[in-house]
Amino acid sequence: MRLTAITAALALMAGAANADSTVAPTSVSFDEYGAVEASLTGAPGDAANGKKIMTIRGKGNCIACHEVSALKDSPFHGEVGPMLDGIGEVRTAAELRGIVVNAKMTFPESVMPGFYKTTGFIRPGNGYTGKAAKEEDLTPILTAQEVEDVVAYLLTLTDS
Amino acid sequence: IAFAGGADDDKLVLNGEIEMVTKAAAPAHMENVDEIISGWHFRADETQALQMDDFENQGMIFVDQGIETWNAVDGSEGKSCASCHEDAADSMKGVAASYPKWNEEAGELRTMQMQMNDCRTNRMGADAWKYDAGVAINVEAMITSHSRGMPVNVAIDGPVQAAWEQGKELYYTRTGQLELSCASCHEENYGNYIRADHLSQGQINGFPTYRLKNAKLNGVHSRFKGCVRDTRAETYSPGSGEFIALELYVKSRANGLSVEGPSVRN
Ligand code: HEC
Ligand code: HEC
Ligand code: HEC
Repeated sequence: MRLTAITAALALMAGAANADSTVAPTSVSFDEYGAVEASLTGAPGDAANGKKIMTIRGKGNCIACHEVSALKDSPFHGEVGPMLDGIGEVRTAAELRGIVVNAKMTFPESVMPGFYKTTGFIRPGNGYTGKAAKEEDLTPILTAQEVEDVVAYLLTLTDS
Repeated sequence: IAFAGGADDDKLVLNGEIEMVTKAAAPAHMENVDEIISGWHFRADETQALQMDDFENQGMIFVDQGIETWNAVDGSEGKSCASCHEDAADSMKGVAASYPKWNEEAGELRTMQMQMNDCRTNRMGADAWKYDAGVAINVEAMITSHSRGMPVNVAIDGPVQAAWEQGKELYYTRTGQLELSCASCHEENYGNYIRADHLSQGQINGFPTYRLKNAKLNGVHSRFKGCVRDTRAETYSPGSGEFIALELYVKSRANGLSVEGPSVRN
């Protein structure tokens, strides 16, 4: 009886999470160019937090591949992707959201990883341990709100 | 920011004597690369210098240990490697350039470590060495050092063709939550920095490598394992069929470059 009660409570909580309108990684809807119009959370992004995520290795680590002049306080910017200076002027929020969620919807074959994606991987691992992970246990590299935060930060990059 | 613009133009001459081929036309079986380039060209000048002189190359300390192991009797038959092969400088010259290779009698593709373990278990009555671990990697480095300057030349057809195809498939498969293949980094992006790392072509003509990062010799399969892990993937194990096949394929991408092992990397 108690077990059932707990399960029921959990189910309610899961329902609540959906009700707060967070879009699950498997339910994101892209337009034909790979853009994602709707916010993943409904809440505005926090650009200051997005800025941090851009440089943290276990999170976005975007500067591993992209140079961003405004992030020069963090060392070692990579050259695998294009420089992102001025990207907030060239791209809309919807385009940037689509690229961060799953860049392959915008650039097929891109080497840029999908940051809000939990399915369709070959030999997914448990973080950087090299051990196997079950697909159902995978969490996206960034949470929905972190994606929104990164998008908010990218939109501040208006000087190229 | 350091824009390296790819490989440098330095020349690798070993001990002021042996001129190494560190750039060469890509072998015909490679589709997307015109020129093959040793990982040496992507390292900093100070790191490069360490490999040019055996007295500076700390990998050579492990080669010396490998010679000791080579001469040490082990196992129920009372033999050492030297009992049969005598001086490795003569008997093992050129061997590293052709491995992994097919063993007709056993009907299998063998890496050098597999061949060494075959000698240990079947000829010496000794236990197999752990793959890519201390003693095995020392002896592999010692044997490899006697092929330095000779061109890598592994066979890719005949009985090994199926394994070569499997290795190629693995090379181009995007693994893990980052969905990256070997080619994503080492074919599409060599010469570019990925964070602080200057990406090379991921060649294995320099293995075993002495890495400044962990101050020891590193085997091919251990390196593969680290790279696969970095794609947030489940890795294969050193000595596994997958890594043996991948080793053959990756080594074939170095056909024409000089054997450099033990090389020095960061
Ligand atoms: C492993 C490399 C890699 C990582 C990590 C990476 N990117 Fe990218 N990114 C690329 C590449 C390559 C492109 C170019 C698109 C293509 O593949 O053709 C790109 C394109 C982009 C673009 C579009 C640029 C334009 O000119 O339209 C944006 C925006 C972007 N990335 C943002 C990010 C953000 C934000 C992160 C981290 C959350 C990130 N990237 C992480 C490789 C990467
Ligand atoms: C009792 C004799 C014997 C001993 C002891 C022995 N080997 Fe061998 N080894 C052979 C023979 C015979 C071959 C050729 C095998 C073949 O081609 O199938 C061989 C082949 C090899 C090869 C491949 C050479 C080539 O041209 O492909 C390597 C490497 C090797 N041995 C390493 C070692 C090492 C390391 C040890 C000691 C740990 C060792 N061997 C001990 C007899 C021996
Ligand atoms: C996320 C990027 C990335 C991927 C994917 C990747 N590697 Fe690497 N690899 C690196 C980096 C960084 C280094 C160290 C710098 C260098 O030599 O390129 C490296 C080094 C190597 C080296 C050592 C080269 C030398 O000269 O010492 C080999 C060999 C290698 N990789 C093979 C592979 C193989 C095989 C795969 C696929 C199974 C692979 N790598 C996948 C990033 C990657």
